[in-house]
Amino acid sequence: MSASTVTPRFIDDSLVEGLPDDPVLVSSRCRSCGTVAFPSQASCPRCTGLDVERYPLSRRGTLWSFTTQRFAPKSPYLAAAAPFRPFGVGYVELDGKVRVESRLIADDLESLRIGMPMELALVAFHDDGSQPVLTFAFRPAED
Amino acid sequence: MSDVAIVGIGIHPFGRHEGVSGRAQGAAAARDALRDAGVGWSDMQFAVGGSDAAGNADTLVADLGLTGIEFVNVANGCATGGSALAMADRAIRSGAYDVGMTIGFDKHPPGAFNAEPAQYGLGEWYGETGLMVTTQFFAMKIRRYLYDYEIDPHVLSVIAAKAYRNGALNPNAWRRTPLSVEEIESSTMVSDPLTKYMFCSPGEGAVALVLCRAELASRFTDRPVFLRSSVIRSRRFGTFEVFSPWLSVDRVDGPTVDAARAAFEMAGVAPSEVDVTQVQDTESGAELMHLAETGLCAHGEQTDLILAGETEIGGRLPVNTDGGCMANGEPIGASGLRQVYESVLQLRGDAGARQVPDDPTVAFTHVYGAPGISACTVLTR
Repeated sequence: MSASTVTPRFIDDSLVEGLPDDPVLVSSRCRSCGTVAFPSQASCPRCTGLDVERYPLSRRGTLWSFTTQRFAPKSPYLAAAAPFRPFGVGYVELDGKVRVESRLIADDLESLRIGMPMELALVAFHDDGSQPVLTFAFRPAED
Repeated sequence: MSDVAIVGIGIHPFGRHEGVSGRAQGAAAARDALRDAGVGWSDMQFAVGGSDAAGNADTLVADLGLTGIEFVNVANGCATGGSALAMADRAIRSGAYDVGMTIGFDKHPPGAFNAEPAQYGLGEWYGETGLMVTTQFFAMKIRRYLYDYEIDPHVLSVIAAKAYRNGALNPNAWRRTPLSVEEIESSTMVSDPLTKYMFCSPGEGAVALVLCRAELASRFTDRPVFLRSSVIRSRRFGTFEVFSPWLSVDRVDGPTVDAARAAFEMAGVAPSEVDVTQVQDTESGAELMHLAETGLCAHGEQTDLILAGETEIGGRLPVNTDGGCMANGEPIGASGLRQVYESVLQLRGDAGARQVPDDPTVAFTHVYGAPGISACTVLTR
């Protein structure tokens, strides 16, 4: 069986919808004060209200800050034992409402800049032996 | 309400101590503090202590003496030591006790801390995908800060060089070899823009303090240092903290700002009156940002202050005179109390080669840690 026929597994299905072809991140939005929280939660962290709704986030945003992870994180990082390749990490501002922390993908991590447009992508960051494991990431938007 | 005095200080050297448990280091620091105050363990009416990774502090009674006193364990992340001190302060200030001890110790394995998502109320995915790493937070916070205030990252190496220079003057420090700005700048990049020598490392060490009602201080010492305030604050909505899967776009001041402001207000002391300060320097960017967040200088003013030498031991605002976390490492339970230990030494005039000149009278300490807490103290002699 070739790797291409194995269905990947997403790390946590509560984070996204629209897999596998049109993924979007899902947050919660407070019906009282409008605060958006990611991942979605059952109460509002600002006004403490319980009346929250599902709120899919925009696939596009801007890079607010970032760094490069240059050593293998310890457990519970899943790929801790695999040969390590540095990866980007940053906060991407979406819909002017929330800044989501995410892995970043770029051909050249040195080319990342605060304020640059980014778009949602999926990245296979680990193979658990039976299937690749995906998580969400952002990469510089192609326009 | 009684004021509180620190009348005994004890330390076990920071660093790596093969074969010596964290608890043993805690017991050594406790005995050192008792000796300094000229008392015995049986004179302690209560104790508050903590460690993050080296066992329960209250088990130290097996080493120090099973005297039946109230001994409370404190676990509050990087503010564990500061929180233990604040609880001891409350116990005396309330009138419940006359004299007691606070102890902080720790012993961490080498390498970055690995936190468990569930302990922080986060989904497993956050750690499993490689986002739950403290160094990432510090790097992203300083990257944005440098951008917002148009600060040249070169100053980060200057800050770290001071830490190792001060550490070289401190016999209890872990890293006692001075490093040049160039060595720091060109060391391995860990999390851009922060290099290896700009970070502190998890380590080992212990500190203990004997505290009493201020009016009793002369029984123990002729050089008491008064704990004018000790304040702990947690994060409010809209702050930017370590282990945050998301941030609000509406920013408010963080726990450092809140805790420092309250500490100065309660003490009736202005930040401009501080003669010597110890602030959380998990990495050199943290020192840069915390100097302004605590109110000790204005945002964006740091580079001028630092390059003019004002944060050096002979400067207008000496910062992290014992080498800070960068030179001492970070045994979580002990770090906050190390800052107070150093402050007491400085206010007594006992800091030796690293003594701040001109008889300092006001000291300020600050710790910050996950998941967004800060503890500050104001001390005077």
